[in-house]
Amino acid sequence: MTMIFGVPAAAFYGQLLLGLINGAFYALLSLGLAVIFGLLKIINFAHGAQYMLGAFAAYLLLETLGINYWVALFLAPIIVGALGVVIERFLLRRITHIDHIYGLLLTFGLALVIQGTFTNWFGVSGSRYPVPEALQGGINLGFMYLPIYRAWIVAVALVVCFAVWFLIEKTKLGGYLRAGTENSALMQAFGVNVPLLVTLTYGFGVGLAALGGVLAAPVYSVSPDMGSNLLIVVFAVVVIGGMGSIVGAILTGLMMGIVEGLTKVYYPEASSVVIFLVMIIVLLVRPSGLFGKGT
Amino acid sequence: MKMMKTALATAIVSTLFMGATAHADGHKISDNELRIGYLADMSGTYRDLAGPNGEEALKMAIEDFGGKVKGKNITVMSADDRNSPDVASSTVREWIESDKVDMVQGLVASSVSIASTKVMNGTDTMGLVNGSAASSITNEHCTPNHIHWTYDTYPLANGTASAVVAEGGKTWFMVTADYAFGHALESDVTRVVESNGGEIVGGVRHPLSTDDFSSYMLQAQASGADVVGLANAGGDTVNSIITAGEFGLAQAGQTVAALLLFLTDVHALGAETAQGIQLTTGWYWDKDAEARAWADRFYDRTGARPSMVHAGIYSSTMHYLKGVEATGSDKAADVRAWMADNEINDMFAKGGYVREDGRMVHDMYLAEVKTPAESKSDWDLYKIVRTIPGDEAFRPLSQSKCSLVK
Repeated sequence: MTMIFGVPAAAFYGQLLLGLINGAFYALLSLGLAVIFGLLKIINFAHGAQYMLGAFAAYLLLETLGINYWVALFLAPIIVGALGVVIERFLLRRITHIDHIYGLLLTFGLALVIQGTFTNWFGVSGSRYPVPEALQGGINLGFMYLPIYRAWIVAVALVVCFAVWFLIEKTKLGGYLRAGTENSALMQAFGVNVPLLVTLTYGFGVGLAALGGVLAAPVYSVSPDMGSNLLIVVFAVVVIGGMGSIVGAILTGLMMGIVEGLTKVYYPEASSVVIFLVMIIVLLVRPSGLFGKGT
Repeated sequence: MKMMKTALATAIVSTLFMGATAHADGHKISDNELRIGYLADMSGTYRDLAGPNGEEALKMAIEDFGGKVKGKNITVMSADDRNSPDVASSTVREWIESDKVDMVQGLVASSVSIASTKVMNGTDTMGLVNGSAASSITNEHCTPNHIHWTYDTYPLANGTASAVVAEGGKTWFMVTADYAFGHALESDVTRVVESNGGEIVGGVRHPLSTDDFSSYMLQAQASGADVVGLANAGGDTVNSIITAGEFGLAQAGQTVAALLLFLTDVHALGAETAQGIQLTTGWYWDKDAEARAWADRFYDRTGARPSMVHAGIYSSTMHYLKGVEATGSDKAADVRAWMADNEINDMFAKGGYVREDGRMVHDMYLAEVKTPAESKSDWDLYKIVRTIPGDEAFRPLSQSKCSLVK
């Protein structure tokens, strides 16, 4: 049997693939954070709660209205995104002129309120969301058994990541957005409704978190605290990639998935801290992040 | 100067006598009421298995007892321990020193129970531990002030692991939560598996509250072990089982043995996902008519079926109140002595008794999760496969490291 660093090659490839799958998932979540920070300069600590809301939206749509996974995949991000629009319009907008730290505190408070409310309603044990029929089962890759649903997560995450990057970096709308956040007064003079753009961007970022939640619902237990652990990891990913860098968030997400995956094989006890170790090293060596534009 | 000394001594001695006569009068319920503190995880991972519904079970016991003991009112205060031993010990200290709490009920995370009972040790306050798993609570961490009621890791390993080995699960891969409780359970399981002729062929230790178990399940699969033993709890166990199903461990012929699974976890998983899993429990709401009747009343108040911990809280509170009534005292030493002298026969246990190490010994049950076809409602989840007699289930006193055992 071929061995790679003391682990059978087959097991090694399996873990590498799993790392990539989790990485795609991290990429999707950090993308939303990066979009919100990059364009709005809001440190959105409610991202984990909004991810959880996405999962719950899918669960409640199925339980109460019988709306299936495929519809929820679109509907849940729209519902939660609309909630994001309300949050931006009535809360965040009031504090845009003061230090970013207030935005952080506000969204952190919101996250606690949302999580607490859901804990009160649903308890913490969580609920099961079934894997949609078309995506059940798995494929034997020879070196591992790959559940089809996991492959689906990677595919969706990568497509969405690419589309968002393209939208923001390569289209005219994205150009307006970037210009609007750079110099809002000038853009408004050109007749662009910047406040509306900002509101919609926040709603879009929140929608991305909710999409992550819907994707996660069938593989994890849908519970009020599902977002709180993930949020910190995803923030570390964003910091490593460079705050606000979209490419950075995507590539770092994939990379950290693999780093964490391999840690789970070689020293599982450290798997919850390895990403933070990387973060500390990156902050020491390159404070603006791997893909950040130096400050 | 000498006069003053004498006067002072007289005053002190007479005050002491006053205290003594007050006691002799039989006014032994301190502060004219019985105060109970309910300490549990009210908002975190262990909320559902004890939490707010546990406080409800405590209140049910007080109401059923008549609301008063020896004609004195019973008051309840509660606090969230946030699963932190520091928060727990400072809360208990405050309860004892300023609020004069006579009994602390609940006590869920093992670390919380160990820290809290250390604070109670030597005071007049009694602790009734119901949520915790670690068997060390009545072993190296025993105190004369507390009783461990519902279950512990010793019978969990004894019940489930020996049943699985007997069915041919000889080689085991352990997935263990990397903290005190996980390690305790893992070592109890190792002992049982090896003494029954099985073998532990590998394992991983994962951090508490891990979201993604796919890597561990893949390692478990690669190990080729007959059995994947889960020595974790709550959300970690639920996510492990979901992922094991997703990666087709059962189809490949591997058995998943969850060593600590609460009714609330199985309810979250649903019969479809959890069917066939064997587990050990201290109580089940549908085990007999008496349990069912109590569970129905609990359901009417909370909208959920009680876990074994909820039932244990009710049962132990009832036994405690009877002890206060019978002895006319709320001092931990008096009540505990009464509780140990009197058998427990209620909806929770038949012929249960409290040992000198503080362990309440009662029958445990090996259960199997029903299939969706067998399950008639969403809480109809277990069939009891075997009753494990109390003396066989718990750690024998001959192996005890408790300083109270002579």
